[in-house]
Amino acid sequence: MSTEAELPLRERLSKLAGVRLLRGSRLSAETERLQQQLDRLQEEETDEEIWSRVQLARHEDRPYTLDYVERLFDDFFELHGDRGRMDDAAIVTGMGKLAGRTVALIGQQKAREIQERVKRNFGMAYPEGYRKAMRAMELADKHGFPLLTLVDTPGAYPGVAAEQHGQGGAIARSQAVMARVSVPTVTVVIGDGGSGGAVAIALADKVLMQENAMYSVISPEGCASILWRDAEQAPKAAAAFKPDAAHCLQLGVIDGIVPEPAGGAHQDPELAAQLLGEAVEGAFDELDRYEPSELRRARRAKFRAMGVLG
Amino acid sequence: MPPMSSPHIDVSIEHKRADPEQEMKDHPNTCPSCGSHYRDDELERHLRVCPHCGYHFPVRARERIEQLVDEGTFSEEDADLRSADPLGFFDLKPYTERLAEAELETGLGDAMVIGGARIEERACRLAVMDFKFMGGSMGSVVGEKFVRACESASGAGVPLVSVAASGGARMQEGILALMQLPKTVCAVEELHEAGCALISVMTHPTTGGLLASFASLGDVVVAEPGALMSFAGPRVVQQITREKLPDDFGRAEQNLHFGQIDAIVPRSELRATLGRLLRLFGNVD
Repeated sequence: MSTEAELPLRERLSKLAGVRLLRGSRLSAETERLQQQLDRLQEEETDEEIWSRVQLARHEDRPYTLDYVERLFDDFFELHGDRGRMDDAAIVTGMGKLAGRTVALIGQQKAREIQERVKRNFGMAYPEGYRKAMRAMELADKHGFPLLTLVDTPGAYPGVAAEQHGQGGAIARSQAVMARVSVPTVTVVIGDGGSGGAVAIALADKVLMQENAMYSVISPEGCASILWRDAEQAPKAAAAFKPDAAHCLQLGVIDGIVPEPAGGAHQDPELAAQLLGEAVEGAFDELDRYEPSELRRARRAKFRAMGVLG
Repeated sequence: MPPMSSPHIDVSIEHKRADPEQEMKDHPNTCPSCGSHYRDDELERHLRVCPHCGYHFPVRARERIEQLVDEGTFSEEDADLRSADPLGFFDLKPYTERLAEAELETGLGDAMVIGGARIEERACRLAVMDFKFMGGSMGSVVGEKFVRACESASGAGVPLVSVAASGGARMQEGILALMQLPKTVCAVEELHEAGCALISVMTHPTTGGLLASFASLGDVVVAEPGALMSFAGPRVVQQITREKLPDDFGRAEQNLHFGQIDAIVPRSELRATLGRLLRLFGNVD
């Protein structure tokens, strides 16, 4: 990797440590881990390494939104329904106490058992799910609660009814509400950050990714079947568009990486939740210092700057 | 008698080209709906709408602008913006090569043309997409141009008219292409806060990332007849859900029926419709 690419990464990593994103007793161990991340980046991940991260991001034992809610929130109260048509179980919304303060939560929810998977629609929301999410955003804004969103979806559901109910428009409006709110907002991609369905709830002041999460414009399979006309070429597609956290950080798309236990979050969900909690609290602590209007301005300016011109 | 060797030689490729009827159907000036064939100047005179059956052919960005604005009033902005290749993306060929080919083929720097103009004497800004440039896909340049068009509109205190034609985000720019969704959404928010209107025109096709960002956020959203406007394309929906798709899946008419858009406007009426909307938003006679 070139030095120009490496410098902003170093800067971001040091800033990350500087804002106490990784606080407490684990600080030194985690700084070391970040250093290792940087070292790995300098080596440039091989195609196989990128693909193995994609597999970890989708690992069926990986903790899902409710696994984290259970471990991080006290007094969690789930909010159901879009107040129009239905309650979309692919998106969980609610409010609870996170380290002593009331926080509004939106999270995409996958599942392990087959019946539960079907109920959660494999984490693929209908427009009703995004309308439910907008309700939670507006609730947070109205009452001054910080908003946490957890991204974990293969994508928005591509079905006939979903289209009829306005999937595209719902995703657009969900982002617009996030651009509008004046409370601190933090997004963590905790697994599969699948395209528009993910970004719908990810227009946040701080966007973080877990170490083995992925965030991408299209699924590797989808990309492979369009560009190579063969879904089997997914590992090659993933290597080409680099959906891993380190590359997202390097491209300026995310603000930080949340470390995971060795071998992936599923190896030690307790520790994974603790690390996630520390990162989220640290981010909220930092955002607390800003006036609401300043938050909104800075949030929009951050996304305004994304992209690379020739 | 010896057996015939290789009785299954596939000659379908040659046949395809040898079939004159098929060749006519593939011709860009042959109506895919009724089969009528036109000279290019005929089609241009009819705003590229089939005079026989009303089928709306695709319109390139510059021609669209000519169709819509008062003659000679368009002044282009930021024509010099070009894409970079942040991922060193290579599928069947390098992204840089695809970009160069697209520019050569279309004469455009990327899939969107922006600038200021007057429509029925009302000042506005335009952001018009060109499907011919890599399927109208949205990467960093399209996102940046749209944002600049918003900023230019709010600077001048005039509405922005967006004409979309796009397959969605540009895969070759990876996650940065996806980030053009929130980027353009933020720009629409700022435009609205500055008190300016966004009038969104969706043409065939407006799908994926476009529908999931600025194109859906118009104060008024209109579509051309028959335009496909779906978040997921029909092929993907069919593959993933194995649902039987209605014939008019995702079409403008369905979107109107389900309350996703305000009106379907035939191309011959588009200019007058935009003029009326600009007068209404301007709150003048």
